Amino acid sequence: MSLVRFLRSTVGRKVVMGVTGLILVGFVVGHVSGNLLVFNGPEALNAYSAFLKKSLPVLYGVRVVLLAAVGLHIWAAYSLTRLDLASRPVSYSRFNPQVSTLAARTMRWGGVLLLVFIVYHLLHLTVGSVHPGFSHTDVYGNVIAGFRVTWVAVFYIVAMLALGAHLYHGVWSFFQTMGWNHPRFNAARRRVATALAVLVALGFIAIPAAVLGGVLR
Amino acid sequence: MNLTLLVWRQRDARSPGRLVQYEARDVSPDASFLEMLDVVNEELTARGEAPIAFDHDCREGICGSCGLMINGVAHGPMKATATCQLHMRSFKDGDTLCIEPWRARAFPVLRDLVVDRSAFDRIIQAGGFVGVATGSAPDANAIPIPKDAVERAMDAAQCIGCGACVAACPNASAMLFTAAKVTHLGLLPQGQPERERRVLGMIERMDLEGFGGCTNFGECTEACPKEISLETIARMNRDYRRASLAARDDTAAPAGAI
Amino acid sequence: MSIELKASVPAGSLEGKWDRHKFNLKLVNPANKRKHTVLIVGSGLAGASAAASLGELGYNVRCFCFQDSPRRAHSIAAQGGINAAKNYQNDGDSVWRLFYDTIKGGDFRAREANVYRLAQVSVNIIDQCVAQGVPFAREYGGLLDNRSFGGAQVSRTFYARGQTGQQLLLGAYSALERQVAAGTVQMFPRTEMLDLIVIDGQARGIVTRDLVSGKIETHFGEAVVLGTGGYANVFYLSTNAKGCNVTASYRAYKRGAAFGNPCFTQIHPTCIPVSGEHQSKLTLMSESLRNDGRVWVPKQRGDARAPGQIPDSERDYYLERKYPSFGNLSPRDIASRAAKEACDDGRGVGPGGRGVYLDFADAIRRLGEDKIRERYGNLFEMYQRITDEDPYRVPMRIYPAVHYTMGGLWVDYNLMSTIPGLFVVGEANFSDHGANRLGASALMQGLADGYFILPYTIGDYIASRRLAPADASHPDARAVVAEVSGRSARLLAVRGKRPVDSFHRELGKVLWEDCGMARSADGLGRALNRIPEIRGEFWRDVTIPGTGDELNQAMEKAGRVADFLEFAELMCLDALHREESCGGHFRTEHQTADGEARRDDEHFAYVAAWEYAGEDAPPILHKEPLVYENVQLAQRSYK
Ligand SMILES: Cc1cc2nc3c(=O)[nH]c(=O)nc-3n(C[C@H](O)[C@H](O)[C@H](O)COP(=O)(O)OP(=O)(O)OC[C@H]3O[C@@H](n4cnc5c(N)ncnc54)[C@H](O)[C@@H]3O)c2cc1C
Ligand code: HEM
Ligand code: HEM
Ligand code: SF4
Ligand code: F3S
Ligand code: FES
Repeated sequence: MSLVRFLRSTVGRKVVMGVTGLILVGFVVGHVSGNLLVFNGPEALNAYSAFLKKSLPVLYGVRVVLLAAVGLHIWAAYSLTRLDLASRPVSYSRFNPQVSTLAARTMRWGGVLLLVFIVYHLLHLTVGSVHPGFSHTDVYGNVIAGFRVTWVAVFYIVAMLALGAHLYHGVWSFFQTMGWNHPRFNAARRRVATALAVLVALGFIAIPAAVLGGVLR
Repeated sequence: MNLTLLVWRQRDARSPGRLVQYEARDVSPDASFLEMLDVVNEELTARGEAPIAFDHDCREGICGSCGLMINGVAHGPMKATATCQLHMRSFKDGDTLCIEPWRARAFPVLRDLVVDRSAFDRIIQAGGFVGVATGSAPDANAIPIPKDAVERAMDAAQCIGCGACVAACPNASAMLFTAAKVTHLGLLPQGQPERERRVLGMIERMDLEGFGGCTNFGECTEACPKEISLETIARMNRDYRRASLAARDDTAAPAGAI
Repeated sequence: MSIELKASVPAGSLEGKWDRHKFNLKLVNPANKRKHTVLIVGSGLAGASAAASLGELGYNVRCFCFQDSPRRAHSIAAQGGINAAKNYQNDGDSVWRLFYDTIKGGDFRAREANVYRLAQVSVNIIDQCVAQGVPFAREYGGLLDNRSFGGAQVSRTFYARGQTGQQLLLGAYSALERQVAAGTVQMFPRTEMLDLIVIDGQARGIVTRDLVSGKIETHFGEAVVLGTGGYANVFYLSTNAKGCNVTASYRAYKRGAAFGNPCFTQIHPTCIPVSGEHQSKLTLMSESLRNDGRVWVPKQRGDARAPGQIPDSERDYYLERKYPSFGNLSPRDIASRAAKEACDDGRGVGPGGRGVYLDFADAIRRLGEDKIRERYGNLFEMYQRITDEDPYRVPMRIYPAVHYTMGGLWVDYNLMSTIPGLFVVGEANFSDHGANRLGASALMQGLADGYFILPYTIGDYIASRRLAPADASHPDARAVVAEVSGRSARLLAVRGKRPVDSFHRELGKVLWEDCGMARSADGLGRALNRIPEIRGEFWRDVTIPGTGDELNQAMEKAGRVADFLEFAELMCLDALHREESCGGHFRTEHQTADGEARRDDEHFAYVAAWEYAGEDAPPILHKEPLVYENVQLAQRSYK
């Protein structure tokens, strides 16, 4: 079957990574916008959270899609990474990449960090099992209390920097993977990726930073 | 100028190799990099030691035979330049140069700096052609081709098959080489009938040869002596996706793709 | 056993010969083709196109090259373009004109019928290449563009930027790889032919060395095709790729194939001058540059001013002055010799005074830098990379260098040598270019031979006979293998002190001095004394580290240089016997009062085909008279 061949090929798996990455980008953009309601006070955020949970089918639908996206993204990332590492069994004693960005070279470790973060984050703010004062209704309280713990806030900030880097390369790379490279749009492509990476990372980081800095309490 | 060289020496594909230090004395800045190695080799030979083996032929940047990793950079520090066209004036007196072969699973080392790049030939066999038998062609001007399309096809067709893209890619991916051919033929009317078969076959073969995947590092273009553009990779990705999704069954792959 | 030169040119009108001949050629039953094995040595334009075409026809083909991929054959380096009598420019071109220009350009030393056929099939070549996806330059209207080239007053040269050879070879290579995938062609890269196996007077096989493992092997077939290129590297410094050699042709010569016109070598006028002792090869600047560049030297001897400082009135645009109608586009031999004269006269420029200017200032003023960049951008870059000078600002410095060899194994109209079953295509045969090849005609000839001529004529040879199967156990084959192995062993056993290259350089200098642009009986005599001495020293004092059972590049080189050292003598002998000046062969004794070449049609209108007569006997000269029924023998004039 041609789909099987497509998924077996490196190019096909890369497309899977791109498409699932795009879904995740969509989620993260929505998530950061919603989360920023935290600056509008407890009512705003809690109401928003309640609104999201109003329809269980929609909630679970979204969760299934997200889970599938993460799963496929990781499968593609893992299998391709294995292949990539195997493709140069003897490494250079000197290797001087000339143009690749730090972001591009840290996609894999950054991805692993993101995975660790996501697991921790779900246990922390969704399930609550690693959150001492967790409440299923007071999302605002969970966030503030959570980030009062300095190392937690710092971990979030580090993870968000990794996310920014992941997006900086990932969004740009996504266009390339999908075949959308054209001299007329390439500069815009770079700008979109940079803007997205910076805005998403800063948006997220603002929250733990504000808690640490005592702006949010 | 005087230089210290660290050169990878390896007797054959099975033997282990190591970096060996040599001194290159009184090198003319006007000598090419390979001429510098020639001089070192003459000295080694005079001492009865085996000269350093490296591939080369045209020495004018077109045959694609030469290719060395110089201080971790494929074809050395000068942009858009094959090793044979690199001149010693690019270096400073007293420099230490580490010289290694291309390294990739798909390019096994045969001796010293010589690697086996036959994987590239097999990728071409899997579809890098227009299936036109001798004598069956229509008049050359029968199909006008826009100048712009030909120029872009030519940009891609200039690939010399040197393998620097693979050598420079942290994933040892052959995407740029493969994409250059897919793009060259894909831009011309003559390449259209086999466009889907071609991209399916060539990518399948490329994967089978054990090259890595592309994560869009962009090192390949930078190392490429012909500056083949990343746009070719994007084009191939697009062609491949379309061809895969449009293909009705596996028979779309050409005979060459095993 | 003495050979007989039978050109086998078909009778009848010039225009009809090839068609009639094709009709008379026997055909091989399509179902039987795959039972016939053809060995093709060389994967350049000639070899690759022949291998692909024979594969398509269904023959069982084995193709060999010494590079790691067939795509790297020396043809890849051709820059300028390929001629064809398409007359797309409506400027009066025709098959007849291309034919005439080629005969005249070759100074009336080529066979009429072959050249006419070449001009005829030239048009099919362009069609074939375009269909393969060769991206020839085009006009905005989408149709093919042409440029003009030396020795012609029409624009008939098709080109792909400055990489025409590359694009044509990649076209032929892709057709070849398509056949490899289809299973009709088996490719043997990194394999060097070291000898020819002749059984019962017919070429039946070759002995090869696997350049990776060092293994000596044999291959057998019904016919052997040599497309092994030219031998310009006999001069050590030439524009040819480092691996180009005479080994295959020379071994065939020693097995009985006559060698045609070995002294006909071409010196190309526009190469980058030598920069020092380390120089390992010379780089050509495509002759197409002469379309827009003007060649000059200072009028005054030893003028050391920078070129920009020399006013127009103190420059000698010597080509325009001497040859007003062709000017900077005069044929290669004439332009080269004129450059040498200017330098010999003390008016050369650059280090050592061995260079002349090729100036683009006027063209840049007239057309703009962008137009020049579009036409020659990559050549200018290449020049700058090598010399560190910017040709958009300062004129290029150029000097002649050995470039091409018109001589080669003698072949008949069917491209068969004097050994039945041994065919020779491309630059390796003595070819259609007479005593001088016009620019953009070698690519044309290689592809004509491989795509459109050999596939017919070899079929006739195979269909006309039943050959007993041959294999390595045949005593004749065993003898050749033993000779090859013995020779390699002897080379390795010398264990002297001097590296191979030092001998090659020495030989090159001798030839360049005495058998180069200008030759004299004295000089040739000197060379003929010196060459055997160098050869003797080589066999006494060469050193080749390592063994024969490994990848050993010194040994590869040594084998090639050993053959050059023998072949050079044949070249000088031929140059000495040809007491006339024609094309690339200029004998100082035979010139007019104003220094132009003086041809002697009465005594030398023939192809000199040399037969090997053994280690200690001088080679035997055979003559194929050249009869001109369709063109008038005229003194070549480009004035
Ligand atoms: C720099 C340069 C520029 C040129 N530009 C032009 C131009 O613009 N237009 C033009 O018409 N002509 C040009 N020429 C001439 C033209 O390129 C050559 O004459 C032509 O390409 C020769 O083709 P070929 O197939 O005969 O041989 P080659 O391309 O030389 O191929 C020889 C083949 O034989 C193989 N071989 C050789 N010896 C052995 C052996 N012993 N065992 C096994 N294999 C062997 C090699 O591996 C190779 O595959 C140029 C030449 C040079 C040097
Ligand atoms: C869950 C853990 C994750 C892992 C292990 C991971 C890993 C990777 C890897 C290895 C790549 C390939 C790098 C490359 O091609 O250059 C990649 C690409 C990408 N990732 Fe992730 N990632 C993860 C999470 C995310 C998240 C949360 C997002 C979005 C918010 C995301 C978006 C992307 C995008 C857009 C790409 C680019 C795809 C392309 O080039 O086509 N990833 N990821
Ligand atoms: C500072 C940064 C972040 C904060 C403050 C934050 C906050 C939260 C909160 C409060 C919830 C629970 C919502 C609810 O239960 O209603 C949540 C859920 C979630 N967050 Fe975050 N988040 C942050 C970053 C991220 C990032 C970077 C990702 C992904 C890469 C992410 C992925 C998720 C997911 C998947 C859920 C679960 C959604 C669901 O319930 O299905 N979050 N986040
Ligand atoms: S794409 Fe560039 S680097 Fe890669 S093989 Fe072709 S010319 Fe060499
Ligand atoms: S460097 Fe490698 S990752 Fe892709 S863009 Fe080039 S092939
Ligand atoms: S030797 Fe031919 S490209 Fe360098």
